[in-house]
Amino acid sequence: MNAGAAIAWGLRRDLALAMRSRAEVAIVLAFFLLVTSMFPLGLEPDPALLSKIAPGIAWVAALLASLLGLPRLFAGDHADGSLEQLALADAPLPALVAGKVLAHWVATGLPLVLLAPLAGIQFGLEPAAIGILVATLALGTPVLAWLGAIGAALTLGTRGGAALLALLVLPLAVPVLVFGAGAVESSRAGLGAQAHLSLLGAGAILSMVFGPFVTALAVRISFE
Amino acid sequence: MAGSGFFRFSSPASFYPLAGRLVPVFGWLAAALTVAGLYIGFAVAPTDFQQGEAYRIIFIHVPAAWMAMFTYLVIAGWSAASFVWNTRLSAMMAQALAPTGAMFAFISLWSGAFWGRPTWGTYWVWDARLTSTLILLFLYIGLMALRATIEDPRRADRACAVLALVGSVNVPIIYFSVQWWNTLHQGASVSLTAAPKMAETMLAGMLVMGLAAWAYTIAAALHRVRSIILEREAHARWTRELVR
Amino acid sequence: MIEWLSMGGYAYYVWMSYGALAIAIVAELFALAGRRRRALEQLAEHAQEDAFEEQAA
Repeated sequence: MNAGAAIAWGLRRDLALAMRSRAEVAIVLAFFLLVTSMFPLGLEPDPALLSKIAPGIAWVAALLASLLGLPRLFAGDHADGSLEQLALADAPLPALVAGKVLAHWVATGLPLVLLAPLAGIQFGLEPAAIGILVATLALGTPVLAWLGAIGAALTLGTRGGAALLALLVLPLAVPVLVFGAGAVESSRAGLGAQAHLSLLGAGAILSMVFGPFVTALAVRISFE
Repeated sequence: MAGSGFFRFSSPASFYPLAGRLVPVFGWLAAALTVAGLYIGFAVAPTDFQQGEAYRIIFIHVPAAWMAMFTYLVIAGWSAASFVWNTRLSAMMAQALAPTGAMFAFISLWSGAFWGRPTWGTYWVWDARLTSTLILLFLYIGLMALRATIEDPRRADRACAVLALVGSVNVPIIYFSVQWWNTLHQGASVSLTAAPKMAETMLAGMLVMGLAAWAYTIAAALHRVRSIILEREAHARWTRELVR
Repeated sequence: MIEWLSMGGYAYYVWMSYGALAIAIVAELFALAGRRRRALEQLAEHAQEDAFEEQAA
């Protein structure tokens, strides 16, 4: 099986699996909105304050929500042994993994991007800012998906749990957070968000190019 | 491989005695450099015009920050070596360095806080270097947590190596992004990097203490790796012979 | 001497910093020694088990 076919295979399979467990996916999205709702409750619902902190909060909520969905990526296959089969299969493992992570992003990352305007409205963000927020999430969630995939593969089958995954992934995700939330602030300050978006775009490309190989390596390491 | 030139010491068994001889060398070197550095720092370097005696914290804050950063890169180097040459010892060295690196990261943050309070008014300041060092500390903790969670030592070696390499690629990106973030918010925060103008003696003191920290790290890591070797090579003949 | 210790009024800050470093290093030295001792004890146990097995065989 060549790389393209392998990607398509992994994508189709994992999307089908996600469709079957729609509840799991919906929970991640509900979590995102729940976290964003917590902040006004914990602070004060002052419109000016909320509007100011909205990009940062939306981004942190997206980070946490993407962490939450990560165990789904490999846990199911690992439990029933099919992950090991994939590692031994003829098809290139990086491609198979790419298909899986792409499906994971479509099922959990993309909906976050689409839900972001809701969070924006919760915080009274102006339309232009919402637009930039959505753009940064569109570019940033793939990076988060790959960072998370590497973390999930490294911790396969360990008792570390979600906390360990968060500990490993969040520090690495700091640049994404800084440039993602910073883009909105920067455009509000009249400096434009191009630089931020370009950097996020570069990050997305790099993660898509190197992610599959590092993740495949991490999967193999977990099976030795 | 054992026996040929460069790789002569790549087996834990042959490295163990070598490390044993080196530990006291680097240990005493560290002690001597520390005495020299503290002498320069307290007896030679003048009082700072603006910050008074408080600035003397710089003689441990900056060297600690340097060592935390440098040690992480060395861990990444050993991790890369463990992949390239598939040597257990390279991975053991990476394992041995992490706790000391984390310690220096913590000391850098702690001393930074106590330097910041009298100088800038608050214990914590979100300047680029302190924030990057905080994230570096989390990277260290992640490495050690992953090592502790994975039971099989060889799997732990390789997993931590991947994490260290991914982390080291990220470190400059993290530093750059935090710098960017910090300059955007210039008005809201102050920078600890706007340190007092360096008198030559102050710089000399920092450098000597930096060398002291380097020597100490080597001594601690070599001592730790000897224990790691004993733990992990427990099945081997030569380790049993040691305790007879 | 007391004057030197008071560090121009900044005694608290300076000594909390240097003190933390001193404590950290002492703690690390103890931890290093403890780890080595435990490793050697474990090895001694293994060696004893070997000796028993040899005897039994």
